[in-house]
Parts: sequence; structure tokens; C-alpha cells
Amino acid sequence: MTAGRGAGNLAALAGFAALVAAAPWLLPNDYYLSTLILAFLNAMIVIGLNLLLGYAGQISLGHGAFYGLAAYTTAVLTAAHGWPVGAGCAAGVALTAAVAYLISIPTLKLAGNSLAMATLGFGLIVHIVFNEAIAITGGPSGFVGIPRLALFGRVFESDLEYYFLVGGVLVLLAWAALNLIDSRVGRAMRAIHTSERAAEAVGIDITGAKRFIFVLSAAYAGLAGVLYAHYLCFVAPSSFGFHFSVTLIVMVVLGGMASVWGAVAGAVFLTVLPEFLRAFEDVETLLYGAILVLCVVFVPQGIAGGASRLGRALLARLGAARRPHAP
Amino acid sequence: MDTASLLQYLVSGLTVGSTYGLTALGFTIIFNTTGIINFAQGEFVMLGGMLAVILGQALGLPLVPAVLGAVALTTLAGGLVERLAIRPARGASPIQLVIVTIGVSILIRGLVMLLWGKDTFALPHFSGMRPILFAGAAMLPQSLWVLAVTLTLLAALRAFFTATIHGKAMLACSHDPGAAALVGVNVRRMVLASFMLSALVGAVGGVILAPLTMTAYDVGILLGLKGFAACILGGLGNPFGAAAGGLILGVLEAFGAGLVSSAYKDAITFIILLALLFARPTGLFGARSADRV
Repeated sequence: MTAGRGAGNLAALAGFAALVAAAPWLLPNDYYLSTLILAFLNAMIVIGLNLLLGYAGQISLGHGAFYGLAAYTTAVLTAAHGWPVGAGCAAGVALTAAVAYLISIPTLKLAGNSLAMATLGFGLIVHIVFNEAIAITGGPSGFVGIPRLALFGRVFESDLEYYFLVGGVLVLLAWAALNLIDSRVGRAMRAIHTSERAAEAVGIDITGAKRFIFVLSAAYAGLAGVLYAHYLCFVAPSSFGFHFSVTLIVMVVLGGMASVWGAVAGAVFLTVLPEFLRAFEDVETLLYGAILVLCVVFVPQGIAGGASRLGRALLARLGAARRPHAP
Repeated sequence: MDTASLLQYLVSGLTVGSTYGLTALGFTIIFNTTGIINFAQGEFVMLGGMLAVILGQALGLPLVPAVLGAVALTTLAGGLVERLAIRPARGASPIQLVIVTIGVSILIRGLVMLLWGKDTFALPHFSGMRPILFAGAAMLPQSLWVLAVTLTLLAALRAFFTATIHGKAMLACSHDPGAAALVGVNVRRMVLASFMLSALVGAVGGVILAPLTMTAYDVGILLGLKGFAACILGGLGNPFGAAAGGLILGVLEAFGAGLVSSAYKDAITFIILLALLFARPTGLFGARSADRV
């Protein structure tokens, strides 16, 4: 079972990587390339958030802030203090993970999803600081002059280069998440999901496992954040507010909880949708609310669950067609 | 720092804190009956204020019917939320229910934005705006209204939960829904009642605060968050701890804004909250664990 699953995962990863590699030649123009880069960055955050939501059963309303914290950290360090881009990125991701660890200490022990409220509060604090600490962050009008990403002496100048970099990182992160789910921690998380008491009784460190996933998911958001800052070369507080955190949750739920590919599908779909829906801005909030309620009530497994159910139904029909006389 | 300013901070803190307390009470009522943290609680507060403004402006209703109508409509909205979103999702995991309430909250916010726009509205003060001077501090009559209404509502709720059969039935659901059903409590109806009651409490908080702080479609996020902070401060599940937590939070915030920095007012509140969670996870008044099994 596990071996088959591992092979299935690898096949899916290879398929996804091929799709990512082929996409630039399928797109009608370069504008869509930048949309796709942003969609992939969102997908990175959503994969991490999905680990937390789908496996650890905890919700974070502050992932937009983690994303922003990493982006601002590398922006300030590289543009204002002359750090090399690689070091700035590493510092951004490390700081994000450290902050997530600090938040997790008091909140993961409490019932009633205190993590949700704590991260919501944290997100608001971070947003206030981005807006008010004008001397450091540039305030509401944003922070300009961030250098483009350069690693090992190579500057990722064109959108196409950046696209392949982001696509590659996304594939790696998806691979890491798939492996994690089938690892000891992943099995522990599934046990906790089934019954916290039973998991505790067989010796699983529940708080430790949840904390690990939370910090990891914040690091995923942090990695996406630094890639975002060095892609647009500009950051502003409005990109990292409560609204974005909720959008990320909607992507998880729409894509399907506890599914890595669902996370990617949800993120890409909801990042690309506004490009096609002109009236999107007016109905966005309403639409997101409706998606959250309706998905949980009617399709708890989201796009991923719907797709796999459809696939299974098709396979069953094919099987039935092939053996028409089977009893 | 002179006493007059300190008194001023105390009065404004208690006023705003009353609303946090009422929001916190709303959280507690639903949490105790169902175990759900209702993320749409802040939206009930917003609806109270916004509907009162809309009823007054669009329908030309005088203040009293507008306020009462707003509270009644919000109570109805609380019932609708339970019927249309919570009940169909029954059997969902706790995390899914949290997602449903987040969905409901942004749905309500989006609806209000679509219907009445993003503008900020003001509700008229209940009895004029001439400040009452007291020991060098100025107090708006509306502050007295806020304090009086909050205390009255608290007393009424206390009486409801300890002296009426329906209140006791709701408490029974909080202890053990199965056992409550066995002794003949209609648990489903109690869940519906808890949503309506907490919407009512939230709406009252919204209408009494709206004249002081203005209202808009998006005030619910912050109010809901402060209300939850008050719950945690007072110990989740303890209604009067929640109300006290709200008052304490309001006062801390007023002093923080006055003495430290008003730009970072909200940040101070949450830093206090996180520090408190760190030091005393069961809250100030919560002796027992907040864990529900």
C-alpha cells in the first residue's frame, strides 16, 4: 500500500512538473506568465496551510502576515542594509518560522481553536506595524527598490526564468509535503485527526506534532513571501492583510482539505479567476463566504475529492464496460 | 499624569469595554451550548449598528423603533445562520464548523457591503451629546447608556440562566448534550436559541456603541476579535468572566492608547492577550481547563 502510494505520488509529481514546464508554451501571452507566478506563490502557501488545516486540524488566520513578514524582512535587509539576496531570504524564512514557534507555545495547548484567534490577532498586529512603522517599512504606500532575486551569482531577470524557478520550488515543496504526509509525523497527524485521546494513549506527542506542522506551514508561507518580494521588487501592507489570509483559507477549502494537489488546484483557480471575472471585486467577499459555507456543507473534500470521485466513477464504468457479463 | 486624564481613560475604557464584554458574552453563549467558536459574532455586533442606521436613514424610523428593529432583525439573522449554515453542517468536524462560521462572517460582511457600500455611518446619540463633567473628566451621556444597558443585560441573562427553565435547559446542553436530551431537553432547539440569544446580545452591544464609534460594514472583524480576547482573558466558557474580561480589556486599551501610543492601540491589546495566554492559559477567572470533551 505504502509503496504503491509512493509510486503514485512520484507519478503525480512527474506529471505536475511536466505540466509546469510546458505551461509557458501553452499561454497566449506573457501577462499570463506573471499571473501564473503569483498563482504558484499562493499555491506554496496553501500547500503549507493545508498541512495545518487538513492534517493538524488547526486553522491559521495569519498566514497572510507570515507571508508579509518574510517579504518585508528580506526587503528591508537587502534594500536598506545591503545584505546579499540569499542571506535576506534565509533571514526572512527563519524569522517567520521563529515567530510561528513563539505563537504556538501558548495557543496550541488550548482547546476551541485559540490558534485561529491568536493568528488573527497576530496578523492584525503585523498589519498595523507595516502601516505605522513608516521609517522602516515605508508605511501604507509600500517599500520600493527591492533587488531582483540573485542566487549563486545568477540574477533571475526575465519572467520566464523566474517562472521556472518558482515552478521548480513549488514542485519541490509539493514533494516534501507528500513525503511528510506518509512519514511518521504524517501518520501521527492522521491518528490525532481520528482520535486525540487514542493518539495520546499510544504515545504520540500531540502538541509537538501540531507545533511542527504549524511552524513548517509558516515557513512555506515565508518562502513564498521572499520569492514574492524579490519578484515584484515592491511590497505594500495591503497585500498581506486579513483579507489575504481568508483568501488562503478559501483556496484550501475549495481545493480540498488534506490534499496537496487540491491545494495547488484551489490556489491556481482562485488566483486566475479574478483575471476573467470583471465584476469580481464587488462580489469577491460574498463569493468567498459562500464557497466556504457551501464547500463544507456539500463537498467537504473540495475540488480534489470531487475529481477523485469522478475518476473512480469513470474507472468503475470502464471496468463494467469491459466485463459486461460479470455477475 | 493628572487624575482627570486618568479618570477620562477609565471612563472611555469602561464604555468600549462594555461592548467587548457583550461580544464576549455572545461567544460564550454559543460556545457553552454547542462547543463552537462563532467567528461571525463580530458581524452580529456590526449588524446591530448598521441596521439601526439603515432603518433610521432609509425608512425614516425614529431612533427607538430603529434600534429595537435592528436588534430584532439581528436576532432573526442569528437564527437564520443556525438554520442555513450550522444545522446543515451537523456532523462536521470542529475545524469544519470553524470554517463555516468564518464563511458566514465574510458572507454577512460581503452582503452588507454590496447593499449599503463601504461608507462609515453614524447613529445619533440616544440622549444628546452634551458632556457630563465629573471631577475634571468629561463623559458623554451615551457612555452612561452603554454602561446601564450592559449591566441590565448582564443581570437579565443571569436571571435567565439561573431562574428560568429555558436558561437551565441551555446550561444543561453545555454540560452534556446527550444527557440533556435524555431528560427531555430539545437540544436542537437550544442550539437555535443560543444563536439567536447571542445575536441579540451582540446586536445590543452594536447599537449602543454605534453613536460613539461610528459603524461600517467591516467593524465586525476587530470587535469580534476583541470580544474573543475578552473571553480568553476571562476564561473561555465563563459568561461573567467574559464580561469582566471585556471591561478589563477596554480599560487596558484606553490606558495603552492614552499613555503609550494610539496608533498601536490594537497591537497593545493583542500583545497583552498573547502574553496572558502564555502566562495563564485558562484566563484570569478560569480555574478549570477550557477543554471540552
